[in-house]
Amino acid sequence: MQSIHVRTKINGQAAEFLCEPRQSLLEVLRDVLRLTGTKEGCNDGNCGACTVEMDGRIVPACLVLGAEAEGADILTIEGIAEGSALHELQNAFLEGAALQCGVCTPGFIVASKALLDSNPDPSEEEIRFWLANNLCRCTGYDKIVRSVQAAAERMQQEATP
Amino acid sequence: MHWIDYYRPSTLEACLEAFAEHGASARALAGGTDLLVQMRAGRLANNVVVDVKAVPELNEIRYEPGIGLTLGAAVPCYRIYGDPTVQREYPALIDSVSMIGGTQIQGRASVGGNLCNASPSADAVPPLIALGATCRVASVAGEREIPAEDFCTAPGTNALGEREVLVSLNLPAPSPDSGACYLRFIPRNEMDIAVAGAGVSVRLANGCFDSGRVALAAVAATPLLVPAAGAALSGQPVGRSAIAAAAAAAKAAARPISDMRGTAEYRSNLCEVLTRRALEKAVERAGGTLG
Amino acid sequence: MSTSTLKPTSTSAAPADRSGNGAPHRDGYEPNMVLATQTFDVVGTRPVRHDGADKVTGRALYGADLALAGTLHGAILRSPHAHARIRSVDTSKAEQMDGVYAVVTADDLPEAEDKLVDVGEGDTRLSYVHGNVLAKGKVLYQGHAVAAVAARNQHVALEAADAIAVDYEPLPSYMTAPEAMAADAELLHSDLRMKEFGEQTDKPSNVAEHFHWTAGDVAEGFAGSDVVVERTFDTSTVHQGYIEPHNVTALWNHDGRLHIWCSTQGAFVVRDVTSKILEVPVSNIKVTPMEIGGGFGGKIPVYMEPVAALLSRKTGRPVKIVMSREDVFTGTGPTPGSHVRVKVGATTDGKIQALEATLAYEAGAYPGSFVAPGGMCVFAAYDCANLSVDCYDVVVNKPSSAAYRAPGATQAAFAAEQVIDEVASKLGLDPVDFRLRNAATEGTRRADGPKFRRIGCEEVLHAVRDHPHYAAPLTGPNQGRGVAVGFWFNVGLESSCTLNVNTDGTVHLVEGSTDIGGTRTSIAMQAAEVLGIAAEEILPEVVDTDSVGFTSVTGGSRTTFATGWAAHDAAQKIVAEMRARAAKLWSVEADQVQHAKGVYSSNGNSIVFCDLAAMSSKTGGPVSATATVKPRGVGGSFSANIVDVEVDPETGKVEILRFTAVQDVGKAVHPSYVEGQMQGGSVQGIGWALNEEYFMGADGTMKNSSLLDYRMPTTLDLPMIDTCIVEVANPGHPFGVRGVGEANIVPPPAAIANAIHRAVGARMQRLPMSPPAVWAEVAGS
Repeated sequence: MQSIHVRTKINGQAAEFLCEPRQSLLEVLRDVLRLTGTKEGCNDGNCGACTVEMDGRIVPACLVLGAEAEGADILTIEGIAEGSALHELQNAFLEGAALQCGVCTPGFIVASKALLDSNPDPSEEEIRFWLANNLCRCTGYDKIVRSVQAAAERMQQEATP
Repeated sequence: MHWIDYYRPSTLEACLEAFAEHGASARALAGGTDLLVQMRAGRLANNVVVDVKAVPELNEIRYEPGIGLTLGAAVPCYRIYGDPTVQREYPALIDSVSMIGGTQIQGRASVGGNLCNASPSADAVPPLIALGATCRVASVAGEREIPAEDFCTAPGTNALGEREVLVSLNLPAPSPDSGACYLRFIPRNEMDIAVAGAGVSVRLANGCFDSGRVALAAVAATPLLVPAAGAALSGQPVGRSAIAAAAAAAKAAARPISDMRGTAEYRSNLCEVLTRRALEKAVERAGGTLG
Repeated sequence: MSTSTLKPTSTSAAPADRSGNGAPHRDGYEPNMVLATQTFDVVGTRPVRHDGADKVTGRALYGADLALAGTLHGAILRSPHAHARIRSVDTSKAEQMDGVYAVVTADDLPEAEDKLVDVGEGDTRLSYVHGNVLAKGKVLYQGHAVAAVAARNQHVALEAADAIAVDYEPLPSYMTAPEAMAADAELLHSDLRMKEFGEQTDKPSNVAEHFHWTAGDVAEGFAGSDVVVERTFDTSTVHQGYIEPHNVTALWNHDGRLHIWCSTQGAFVVRDVTSKILEVPVSNIKVTPMEIGGGFGGKIPVYMEPVAALLSRKTGRPVKIVMSREDVFTGTGPTPGSHVRVKVGATTDGKIQALEATLAYEAGAYPGSFVAPGGMCVFAAYDCANLSVDCYDVVVNKPSSAAYRAPGATQAAFAAEQVIDEVASKLGLDPVDFRLRNAATEGTRRADGPKFRRIGCEEVLHAVRDHPHYAAPLTGPNQGRGVAVGFWFNVGLESSCTLNVNTDGTVHLVEGSTDIGGTRTSIAMQAAEVLGIAAEEILPEVVDTDSVGFTSVTGGSRTTFATGWAAHDAAQKIVAEMRARAAKLWSVEADQVQHAKGVYSSNGNSIVFCDLAAMSSKTGGPVSATATVKPRGVGGSFSANIVDVEVDPETGKVEILRFTAVQDVGKAVHPSYVEGQMQGGSVQGIGWALNEEYFMGADGTMKNSSLLDYRMPTTLDLPMIDTCIVEVANPGHPFGVRGVGEANIVPPPAAIANAIHRAVGARMQRLPMSPPAVWAEVAGS
């Protein structure tokens, strides 16, 4: 019954921790590293509240063991803003009223960022398909989808001088 | 979750040795989308988890023209649908891996895991059966191959021995004039378990079906190959009447149960509808016309 | 009032970078429109919410994020049986496990006194709340809490809970109201006696209460009708489905003070109910409401707070318990399944002559199904002299039901609005026209007696009739368009608010209403309007029960209405004080100082709020004001939907092609969040309509207690949800606010059912209208 020593990279910084082999990455982020922006909604991969990026791909942190983080590169909601500047998605969510209770918001923003990183100009259908693994019970998704569209538009404007 | 030990072998040999040592108490971890959920629910008694994602043989996608595709058992869905060769050669496989779970689940879940989990409703399995895939299985004692349609033996049970590991899936190279498709029915549009599914492949020649294979999901204790449906196509002119006959054969072969996802009667109906629609799409992909 | 007095102000009227809405829609119309009657400087604009930055960066602290030093982790053992006698509970093995600190059962709770307790939106017997927290003697549903453990970590706690041995004697279980009402049904509660027509009877029954309201002569009304339609409808149990599971941390300190941090819609309810259960004075309990991840009514009841408190008292350490998703489904919520019969009669001139309904709702394990509100709402939209409504509150072996957004009204509307549609169709009338001919208006008597004050039923129907969506052509086969109307009363209850003026001209606003959907901002905006300053210059904070006056639950669409009203009143006190301060500066009387839009002036002198605030020390010291309200001017809200569906007749699957939500909100304080409420409520209604249900096995256990198999809508299941805000000012509120949170969930299932009927001819009498159900109807018709 031994804990595991894991070396990893979280939000651009080297990090290490001890975890029990049965602990999920979600538990490690929240309980060991105190990065509580990543939320637990179902603990079986169906709500998306615990979405993090792992080696460039979004995954449900509840379905990853902490031990699997060894050598990985992980991005959480805490790493989305750069310094004091919010990411355009964060701005768009605020301006577009894309959150009500806010508990699904970190998962939506991490997932949406991954979408815009790979597809800067997604259609409404593509946004809806990509985000179908993220449940929101408050908004009916309308303002979330529109805010992703608004962020994409602004990011493209910024990218073209 | 009860206490577990975690191993991450980096060679196939070390992986097989781990299973040789721990046998039934060990489970392979690829995406964990079934394994971790079942362990948390107390449905599995294993106390060892062997993470197979560092074993090269379980993580390759390799296509050799004329021979076919070698798909490592642990390759996650997103790598499969992101692979241009698989997109071109195996659209039916793309159909299924892009509908398993949602985006995040597809970042973890693998076709090999879907197969080993042996759920009757597994979306990846009917297209594998329809495409004539074989499963490469290894243990310290050696290797063997199992046809995809024989891999699942009962709900949650597969053909692997205690010390065996599914290494890869081998899909034959598609012949010209062939087409395949997987369709399933779910109440939502994503994030759901198939109420029924149909994976089909056809080969056309001279305006006729040269051959066809039809496999169904969620209508029997295991994913189900329906030889009668294939037989209903062989030699018949490409058209709606042969497809209707195959769809009727699929419906007749289905042995569904009633549960929270649908009644038996409803599922039988879906077999016919989905088989027909999948065959129409497969014909289109094969370059055929329904006339 | 005609629609000509309602002036459309499109969302593009708001600053472009804050509108939050997309470009004009399909046919060039605005997807989100506001039909406004009065405008203000701050109220009606769209500022960024005050807590927004915390919530988009992951910094906001929800209950499960709290980690006090030395915290132990709890787990709750729940019943695997739907109904069973508890013969014995053996906790010895669990107590001996390494890492286990304490175990509690119902024996650790004080005996429940036989008295009533206010549980947030009404009273119930203390013994029921008690029994639901930890089962004593009997378990009444699968998921009923039996015992709890505190341990080193959650894994150990779960293993220890599993090690508790409970000997059960299973009993017959009843899943629906008709089953439990059967003459030979075993009683869930041996001491339950039916209450009938407001009187306590001595009849032992699973029917906790029978309500009956009548007016005019229903028999005569039906006899004089040309068309009479009567149908029976059933709806499944559904869950509120908030994404954040219930959680609590409790610390029973060594000084006897109990501090609770939790996810609740009402911190004061948690304090008061916990006080009664544990027999601790309210002054010894402090409840800190953490950020809440959704509630919809389901986070009003007290579940784990007393349990965590007991574990903390036993261990002397903070104890945290977080529910699993399965716990949430089987141990909390849900909203009742229902069995409803509706009969409507009308004459060929399009006038309704008689209305009759019988509603039986599943209360779950303990009385209180919200069937009475269902009965009050069922015909609220119609003006008819002859009506009769019977309501039965029936206990069954499901979790004790909780409020869910307009509790009771959606089930009733699913029945009534389909029958109304069918009558309209038989009379050859347009369904909106038929509703308009009979629409309730000021002075209309509601089934349960009260007469409506100013309401917006007609205006909502006009907005539907005039909406571009209602005239747009359908585009293919198997498509249909449905409409339906919904109503919810809204409530007032009690609120407190304190404003503290800072010397930089900003104002701290202290309030006690849990902010579920942006109410910090909608409350602050009302203070800002009165003070004549910007919304951003008010700094709202939701505080613990020691730090603000009593405030009732965030529920009943009351928070923007009532706590906003308290903020308005406190701001008026600040204005009065500021006039006195300015008067002092200029050596005039306070009544010689005028105030408009943040500028104080008198005889040619003027000073702005911010400058006056800077001088507060010189003019008499800190400026602060508190107001409390118990408003009476509550204004009910009508809502309506226009929905287009396409049905796949081969699979029974229903796609929502287009959806428009219309609602009279009185005044939209922050239109973006008002739209959000309408969109969110609509989508919950869509989920309820199409796929959500508690799928119960023959043994009375829930088979789909996960977010995979309990199918709430995903992004991919929906179109954009267009909104039309109707503002018929509530004369009872300073800004005309009615409340927006609830009425929007009422019409969707009925509107979708009516659309399905028009698409494929099937009349759906059961929820959910899932693919197998629709297919069976289509194949059968």
